[in-house]
Amino acid sequence: MSVGAFILVSVIKSVIILFVLLTAVAYTVWLERKVVGHMQNRWGPTRVGPFGLLQPAADGIKFLFKEDLTPPHVYKPLFLAAPMMAVIFALTSISVIPFGNSITLFGYSTPLQITDVNIGLLMILGVTSLGVYGVALAGWSSNNKYSLLGGLRASAQMVSYEIALGLSLVGVLIQSGSFSLRDIVDAQGGTFLGFIPRWNIFHWQFIGFFIYLMAAYAETNRIPFDLPEAETELVAGYHTEYSAMKFAMFFMAEYANMITVACVATLLFFGGWHGPLFGPPLLQSLLPLLWFGIKIFGFLFLYIWVRGTLPRFRYDQLMSFGWKFLLPLAIANLMATAIVVAW
Amino acid sequence: MSFHLILFLAFGAVCVGGAVNLLAQRHPINSALSLITVMAALAGEYLLLGAEFVAAVQVIVYAGAIMVLFVFVIMLLNAGEEEGTKGSRVALLLGVPGMLTASVLMAWVVLQHSGTESVGIGALPGPPRNIAQLLFHDFLLPFEVTSVLILIAIMGAVVLASKPESTTGKVD
Repeated sequence: MSVGAFILVSVIKSVIILFVLLTAVAYTVWLERKVVGHMQNRWGPTRVGPFGLLQPAADGIKFLFKEDLTPPHVYKPLFLAAPMMAVIFALTSISVIPFGNSITLFGYSTPLQITDVNIGLLMILGVTSLGVYGVALAGWSSNNKYSLLGGLRASAQMVSYEIALGLSLVGVLIQSGSFSLRDIVDAQGGTFLGFIPRWNIFHWQFIGFFIYLMAAYAETNRIPFDLPEAETELVAGYHTEYSAMKFAMFFMAEYANMITVACVATLLFFGGWHGPLFGPPLLQSLLPLLWFGIKIFGFLFLYIWVRGTLPRFRYDQLMSFGWKFLLPLAIANLMATAIVVAW
Repeated sequence: MSFHLILFLAFGAVCVGGAVNLLAQRHPINSALSLITVMAALAGEYLLLGAEFVAAVQVIVYAGAIMVLFVFVIMLLNAGEEEGTKGSRVALLLGVPGMLTASVLMAWVVLQHSGTESVGIGALPGPPRNIAQLLFHDFLLPFEVTSVLILIAIMGAVVLASKPESTTGKVD
């Protein structure tokens, strides 16, 4: 493939994936309001469009037309840069996530992924670890005690849980022997005993998956670990001083991070796009995308379900859970996996 | 000039610019952010040289973890702008030329005495498998000794940070 064609294909793929991702972000917000509403015996949005389906569009327009306040005592360069950093790092990590096998269009064969790097998983970890700066700097530059506490809590929490998160993934890496997300998914094809899929969650990594899930909830600042924005204690935490589109950018970053976490969980533990294939060739080529989408939807629904069910942790509980329970468990899981694989 | 070489020089320029800005800024948080830029640009350099794994680790460990702790401490202590004292002008006048001379001398000595030939773009051992071979096979003993050293440093930090035994438990 020539350089020009490569750049053209990459740009087209980036635009499509960005469009799908941002639409998914908007409709995850809708889904959350709807599902939490039903869990609390309310209807959620119903007025804008059928079932409130046009609510995300109305919200987007509202955010664009609201007054964009900049409070007088903020440190302006970082106050403006922080939401951009949050959203950029949240959207970047989607670039290495594969959505399916290669497809051939107009004679070009291209993977369903913006770029296939052999350190894909490490790149996701690196980019998400940079995502802390958006939150931390927003808290600091707002020059407000609630924001500052929110930013401090966010950075301490994310650094603490990143260790358990990283260690929970090492078990999968040992089993598949590669950092490339495509190789990891390919290693999960086939079945045990003819009917249990050979996904990593059924292949020794059951505990690893739960460590990943809990650490990922803390990394994305979601209930029950949403202490950086605990509204009963900190008004709105790190984004107290933000309004209009700058606030919406933090919102987008949070939901994009949720989707990335769901993608990584699907790829590493639930076999990615693997699933039963049947029917005519066209259906067979579309089914992997469908399976991938269904699995991601499952994880997003779980996020919302947990939000509708659990109360918030206390901060000392959060820290002792991360350091004294998740981290030793992750190390034990890693040792056990290494012994099993070496044997 | 190849595309990769242009990128390499661009990352190098960002790196040097960030380092100079790190010294020039008066507010600690701006200096910390400049240091993050330097780290990220260095990761770009490693990537172009072919060391993908080292580049990823550079971002995760330095830009993502260590610098977060720096920023955390600056936020926690609410460190304000640096204030100039009487000595700072003298330090500026003597320090900048002195440092420039020292770094030029050091670069010259390294270039004169380094036995290895220069590294081309994409020539370093990139894949994690090769790094693992080096770390856990060829240089296993130095690697393990270093990890014991780091463990001792961690234990020392824990001992220094923990409250003395006698004062805890006596407060009602």
